[in-house]
This record gives sequence, C-alpha cells and structure tokens, in this order.
Amino acid sequence: MKADFEIPDNLLYSEEHEWLRREEENPDEGTIGITDFAQDGVGDVVYLELPAEGDQVTAGEACGEIESAKTVSDLYAPVDGEVIAVNGDLEDQPELVNDSPYGDGWMIRVRMADASQLADLLDASAYRTLLEEH
Amino acid sequence: MTEEGGSGAGRRLRQLALRDRHEALGARFAPFSGWDMPLQYQGIVGEHHAVRQGVGVFDVSHLGRARVEGSQAAALLRSVTTFDVNRLAVGKAHYSLYCNEAGGIEDDVFIYRLAGERWLVVHNASNADQDFDRLRSVSGDMASEITAETAMLAVQGPEAMPLLGSVLGDEVTKLELRSCVELDWEGGTVTFARTGYTGEDGGECVVGVAQAAALWDALIQGGASPVGLGARDTLRLEAALPLYGNDIDAAAGPYEAGLGFAVTLDDGAYFTGRDALVEARERPLVRRLAHLAARGRGVPRAGYAVHALDGGGPVTRLTSGSFSPSLRLGIGMAYLPVELAKPGARFEVDVRGRMLPVEVVRRPFYRKSRD
Repeated sequence: MKADFEIPDNLLYSEEHEWLRREEENPDEGTIGITDFAQDGVGDVVYLELPAEGDQVTAGEACGEIESAKTVSDLYAPVDGEVIAVNGDLEDQPELVNDSPYGDGWMIRVRMADASQLADLLDASAYRTLLEEH
Repeated sequence: MTEEGGSGAGRRLRQLALRDRHEALGARFAPFSGWDMPLQYQGIVGEHHAVRQGVGVFDVSHLGRARVEGSQAAALLRSVTTFDVNRLAVGKAHYSLYCNEAGGIEDDVFIYRLAGERWLVVHNASNADQDFDRLRSVSGDMASEITAETAMLAVQGPEAMPLLGSVLGDEVTKLELRSCVELDWEGGTVTFARTGYTGEDGGECVVGVAQAAALWDALIQGGASPVGLGARDTLRLEAALPLYGNDIDAAAGPYEAGLGFAVTLDDGAYFTGRDALVEARERPLVRRLAHLAARGRGVPRAGYAVHALDGGGPVTRLTSGSFSPSLRLGIGMAYLPVELAKPGARFEVDVRGRMLPVEVVRRPFYRKSRD
C-alpha cells in the first residue's frame, strides 16, 4: 500500500472498495460510497451514472458507473436493496467523490432487503488488511 | 468497484532519465509504448488546468529523436516525408508524415532544420524503432538516434514563454512559432523549439541527459506544474490534435485526417506515397475525421460506436474520446462519411449501452484566449 488511506472504524467495506454506513436511526438503511483507496485509484471523477430512487440493486452486481478523467469503473452494490436516495450534488460536483469520499461524496442510500448480508462485508481492520495485501 | 483496462505488458520497460524527479513529485507511472511513463502527479484535471491557466512541464523523453546530418540530408528526408523540407529555412520546424506507398500514414513527425545540413526529427514512441530504420535505410550513417543520450521536456501554457525566457534566456521568447534554436546551457546544448501538443503557447527542449535534471529543476522551481500523459491526452484532444494509433494510422490518409497541410506535392519531388497521394488529392474524399461534442452528460471514449439518430444503426467508431476538463463535457473524434460530417449534424454515441447525443463541431474544441 503506497499511501495512508483513511479507513473510518464505523463503516463496513466490500472487497470491491465500496463502503456502507448503517444508519443509526434506520438500521435497515445503508449509505454507500467508494473508499479513499478507490477514489485515489480512479483519479479525478468527472461524471457519475448512478441508479435512480426506486431502483433495485443486487449485492455484487454493478449498479452504476464512475467516469474519471482516465477511465470508467463500475460501482458495485455491496448489499441487495431498494435505492431510497441518490446524492444529487454529485451531478454538478463529481469531484466531491475525491475530496470527501466518506462525507459529501456519498453516492446512494438503500433500504436493505436482508440485513444478514452485512456479515459478508469487511470491518475496518479487515479492510485495512486487504489494502495492505494489495 | 473495479477498474477497466489492462495493466502493462510483461516485457521490460524503458525508464526515463529523470525518473527520480518524477517519483519525488508523486508521479504514478503507467506503461506507454514500451516506456514507464508518468501518467499523473496530483491529478489529471488539475494538471490540465495548470497548462491552460499557467504553465506545465511534461517529460516527453519517450519520443524518438534522430539527428540527420550531411550535404544530402535534405534530399534524403524529402524522399521519406510528405512535407518539402527544402522550404524550411534554418531555425524553422514543420509537422510532416511518413506514408506508405498506398498513401497511408505510417507516423506523424516533427522536422527541425537546426543548421543548413543538420536536422532533428522527432518520432512517436510507438513507431520510433521502425521510423529510425526508415531513416537509416535511406540515409545510412547520416542518421543517428539520440533518444537515449537526450531528454525532451515540453513546457506549455500561457506563462510558458516568460518562464522559458528566465531559464534559457530572453532569446527564446523572441522566436516565432515553429522556430527553433540551439543554445549553450549549463555546459551543454539545449535545442529549443516553439512547438507543442496542447494548443497553448510554449516550447519543447531537447537536452543532454547530463543537463536534463538541472533544466527540469529550474522549470519546476520557476513555477511549472509537472504534467503527465493523462493530461497530455486531454489537452491534445481539446486542441483537436490527432494521436497516432488512435486518430491516424496506416489505414488513414492525410487528406481525410485533415493533415493536407503536411503534404507538399507541387515541388514534384518523389517521396514514399507520393503517387497515391496525388491520386487521393484528385478524388473526392469519402470520409473525414470529424469532431464530436456531447450534448448530454456522459463520457465518450475511444472505440465506442457512433450511431445515426432514431435507431439508424452504427455509422463509425470514435478514434479518441474523453471528458474535456476545459469545456466540462465529453468530446471525441471519428471518421464520418463526408456528407454526414457537417457542423451541426447530430449522432448518438453508445456509451456502454446508453445513447449519448453528440454534435459535429468545428475544430479545435478549445482555442486559447487571445491576449
């Protein structure tokens, strides 16, 4: 691992470098974005193609595209669920994904179909180990 | 999240003489035409804007450089390139092409007349070996490859010439566009030309490897941002400058690529491909390299299919495509049938299954502001 990437303790992570934050007030809802490591790897994000509210997403399947200056990458859903919110700020400010991957650069919020899928995700220390092996 | 696109080839990559300088500035490297090249430092978009608004420095030492020297050098260069080099005065440079006998483009090159009988030819890295063989085949020992013993730095942007003047001397700021000069600098020679590949003012320096680090450091300390190949591509595409291997190749001819200015026929002199180009000149064009700007959100990329509207089906494929950081929209190039390649004509680009509306526009996409 080349640089020190931020890996907040309170999030869950996929092996495809998405993060998911379980919402305290609505534990069946999860907010999803890409990790600091991922934004660093894709480089300057210039456009996002995200699912719409009401769309169903499936764990491990592509649900969006992240266009950076150099390439296009898939966004994978870490869990099954229905999209209940999309970060509209990214339409005009896609660079928020680079500037604040865990904050203003969040991408979608889903209502999870099966919270037991969360057990398949990595905690912060397991994700850190994954990056160190990278 | 996974990234598309392969990593590099397994064979050993050539390393830049200034690699440590690039590493110290945080460069990320990627294989390009057999070289391990800086793709970006701080980020492609920021580097792009640095060149449009200030000044950037690129290490383009991967470009093939050959010196051709001798009383017959001009005649021999004329026999393999499309532009009549005899019309270049000493201290002038011009864009030219190597063509095959069928008139297809084998490479695009820059030719500099450094002295009456001494020339510099700059080739694309991807074709450098075959280009040098081509020169050697006609000029023998008159041609010498100087790629390994020199570095090449491009300095581009509205603040490039003041910076170059302060580093190399005021003499360079008085040069006209596409003029070149050899300078004594720090115990070596810098060949400077007021040329570039970004659509901005600036120049390119060929410098001995012994002085290359000092020149790089002076440019960085003078305020130039280091710029990698990622931004070099977005800058050249905004300026509508073709990239060999993408927009031009052996299957494309100069006229359909909009490069007729690089071909001289009226001197009557033979060069490889002349007969085919004389014929091509007399025939109406079938297709033309057109410039497409997105009229919706999305990023067109090289290889994506261009469709006629209303389900009319695929017409062609993009030869280049990118997000334009200056215009904040997708842009690309594609060969279109001439009757369709009219400014204002609309098409759709298949962006991974979604149709992105695009419009034919005049080149360049981006023109630097005049002061």
